[in-house]
Amino acid sequence: MKNDRRTFIKLAGIAAAGIAVAPKAMASSGQSPVKVNANAVHAKHWAMVIDTTKLHTEEKIAKLAEVCHAIHNVPNVEGNKEVKWLWSDAYAHTFPEQENPHLSEEVHQRTFPLLCNHCENPPCVRVCPTKATYQRPDGIVAMDYHRCIGCRYCMAGCPYGSRSFNWGEPRKNLDLEKLNPEFPTRMRGVVEKCNFCVERLAIGKQPACVEASEGAIVFGDLRDPDSEVRQVLRERFTIRRKPTAGTEPSVYYII
Amino acid sequence: MKMHYGFPIIAGLLIFIALLCAPFAMGTAVTKEYKQPELKLPAGEKECIESKEFMREKHMQLLNDWRDWALRDGKRTYTNHKGKEFTISLQNTCMKCHTNKAEFCDKCHDDAGVSPYCWDCHIQPEGLK
Ligand code: SF4
Ligand code: SF4
Ligand code: SF4
Repeated sequence: MKNDRRTFIKLAGIAAAGIAVAPKAMASSGQSPVKVNANAVHAKHWAMVIDTTKLHTEEKIAKLAEVCHAIHNVPNVEGNKEVKWLWSDAYAHTFPEQENPHLSEEVHQRTFPLLCNHCENPPCVRVCPTKATYQRPDGIVAMDYHRCIGCRYCMAGCPYGSRSFNWGEPRKNLDLEKLNPEFPTRMRGVVEKCNFCVERLAIGKQPACVEASEGAIVFGDLRDPDSEVRQVLRERFTIRRKPTAGTEPSVYYII
Repeated sequence: MKMHYGFPIIAGLLIFIALLCAPFAMGTAVTKEYKQPELKLPAGEKECIESKEFMREKHMQLLNDWRDWALRDGKRTYTNHKGKEFTISLQNTCMKCHTNKAEFCDKCHDDAGVSPYCWDCHIQPEGLK
């Protein structure tokens, strides 16, 4: 009698485990209808190194921003309601914690390209109540605009001002003749930012700003010691923005 | 007991009930006349991503899954029930065949009284004016 009950409980346990496991097992046995694009490029953790000895003028950076904004249909708004994925600023605003009164004149006068840092420890992801902002396993901090409710917690959370809010209807500030028909626009009331060009990585391309930078930006896998990114980091002196914020940016600046 | 004003009361009741039922009676008349919208199907393509029945019933669930697979899981290639592969993209796959939103999407959506907000962001194949 005792034995019977034990057998029953054991069998019930196995059956329950079976039910829990079954759908996953089915998915992995070739039944899953989705897979990664065949020509996509992969990394354990994507990172970017920007050489500010080569890329340090407003004009050069504006050219890259133009490319980025054109392919992503980023609206062109003047003033404090601007929307930006890639922009530029002075040393004091870029590295406020690393300023000193006797900084090399030349470095101090450079202009620095800025974008979302795709932080390893991103506060924007932590505070987003809808998980519209999330971190992919490859480190990219992505946005699902379908889910954004425009609460702007992420903007308060980001120490780098990397996010823009769409105060108005974005399409009113876009040249509708020149839209990139391959990429959507956004709607009013959502936040947007640089996406490390996930849509390009998915088809085997490099980010658009990297491609347009003529070698001033290197992009690759931070976890691969043989990657170009790691090689540059080994050889050159680099800093990251606002280290005390503890967000561990994946964008590095060669000084 | 004799009922005062019996006739007006009964007549009033009958009119009242007739009015109550009118929408249902008229409604059946209207629904009987309903015709399925005539969609403009793609010229070059015979088969959709999945069967006609599946798409008719479930395209919204499919698009919902597609969105999460592409954005969240980074998986952008979909294999259909027959083993054919498609790139997951409303704008770049669906709308490359269904090149006219007004002649396809809107027809059913208008009749069904739904206005999905896909086009607030995704660019319709005709482009924006
Ligand atoms: S830079 Fe700002 S928006 Fe980008 S991942 Fe870091 S905290 Fe988030
Ligand atoms: S504005 Fe959007 S992305 Fe930012 S925290 Fe709110 S829901 Fe998340
Ligand atoms: S990585 Fe792509 S999205 Fe980000 S700034 Fe460069 S071009 Fe723009």
